[in-house]
Amino acid sequence: MIEIRSVRKTFGPLEVLKGISLDVNKGELLCLIGASGSGKSTLLQCINGLEPIQGGEIIVDGVSVHDPKTNINTLRRKLGIVFQQYNAFPHLTALENVALAPRVVAKRSRSDARALAQKHLDHVGLGAKAGSLPSKLSGGQQQRLAIARALAMEPTYMLFDEVTSALDPELVGEVLETMRLLKAEGMTMVVVTHDISFARESADRVAFLHQGEVCEIGTAAEVIDRPQQPQTQKFLRRERQASLDMLERTVA
Amino acid sequence: MNGYHFYWSTVWQSFPLMLAGAWVTIQITFLAFIIGTVIAMPMAVARQKGEGWAYRVSTSWVELARNTPAVFQLFVFYFGLGAFHINIPSYAAVLISVSFNNAGYMTEIFRGGLSAIPRQQMSAARSLGMTSPQSFMHVIFPQMFKVIFLAYITQGIWGMLNSSLGMLVGLQDLTGATQYAQSVSFRTFEFFIVAAGMYYLIAKGLQFSALIAFRLMYRS
Repeated sequence: MIEIRSVRKTFGPLEVLKGISLDVNKGELLCLIGASGSGKSTLLQCINGLEPIQGGEIIVDGVSVHDPKTNINTLRRKLGIVFQQYNAFPHLTALENVALAPRVVAKRSRSDARALAQKHLDHVGLGAKAGSLPSKLSGGQQQRLAIARALAMEPTYMLFDEVTSALDPELVGEVLETMRLLKAEGMTMVVVTHDISFARESADRVAFLHQGEVCEIGTAAEVIDRPQQPQTQKFLRRERQASLDMLERTVA
Repeated sequence: MNGYHFYWSTVWQSFPLMLAGAWVTIQITFLAFIIGTVIAMPMAVARQKGEGWAYRVSTSWVELARNTPAVFQLFVFYFGLGAFHINIPSYAAVLISVSFNNAGYMTEIFRGGLSAIPRQQMSAARSLGMTSPQSFMHVIFPQMFKVIFLAYITQGIWGMLNSSLGMLVGLQDLTGATQYAQSVSFRTFEFFIVAAGMYYLIAKGLQFSALIAFRLMYRS
């Protein structure tokens, strides 16, 4: 379980998170939605300690993430994260990308790590691309590679930071497909997304962040179909319009 | 021309002496390259960070190494330390001063390479549970080396050329040995033509083996 308790985060004078509290339960898929700058990506980076926080506490399975006594590298093995910009390691083949952390961090033998990597590449449908460098893969394939790389550490939680935002529209589907697969397998997931339809169909709960606070939280049906807060209603109206515009551009 | 007559046989008689000197040159070049690299890596990281005592130390090092003559740096380690009754052999003084110079230049080469790697590569590595040194070793440095490779090898060769200053403190490197041989025979021109040719061959040898290493490392 991930417990987020009154977390405050500032970048200089700018307060990005203004005392956010949130729980992520085992086995659920929680979507974080909200406008750019609402703090949802920052919150995700705080959960695995990539960003320091200025107040409050984040507790993962009873361990405080930002406690200086915590071994963050051990804790991070529980928390896989996938970024918007894939961040594949360009000097390594797909297989080596996935095998690196199991070998270096989990201290598996080279052959063990490679077998594990192949298993996870197969899992995300990239088994045939094991020997390819990332530069030879499409955006969607690179993003699935990033997912396999995170999964190879056998995390308890997976964090997704706008993983489809940088993709061409026709490549979004394969990445979402992989995420649905993980959900079906019972993975606990926190997904920052602009994809409202993905949130509605896949999320167990949805949290709408507005200006560094949780404005509204509930089941997907509650938050997306019957939003109570005026900010949520306004945001969803705008998102629907944006996706309609996008559709028109794609068709035209 | 007023008829200079080349007279080569003296050179060939002293050739074993020059080869022995060349071996010293190769040793110092190689060792100073390794030592410079080992020092420059953490210094580049510290420089990139832009604050803290490690940043100040490495910045001062870079400033001194790059903005004072190499011969001055050698004299500091040989005569300068000697003035405080710390007497080190000329071999050690040359090795230290060339390493010092290499480290200064390599720090800036590495730092340039580091700033060419997107910051998110580090985040990605750390997010998998790698420590900071592990991330540098497996993710950042291999990418950086590809970018800076030519400048880096050039610095190694420059270090070799700098080691020729060892002659001034009595080192029997290629230049020192050549200087000695020509001072006996006075065939200065012939000797230094041959020595220059040997420097050139060593430099090309280094370049060639570095290129092979690069091909092997990056499969390109």
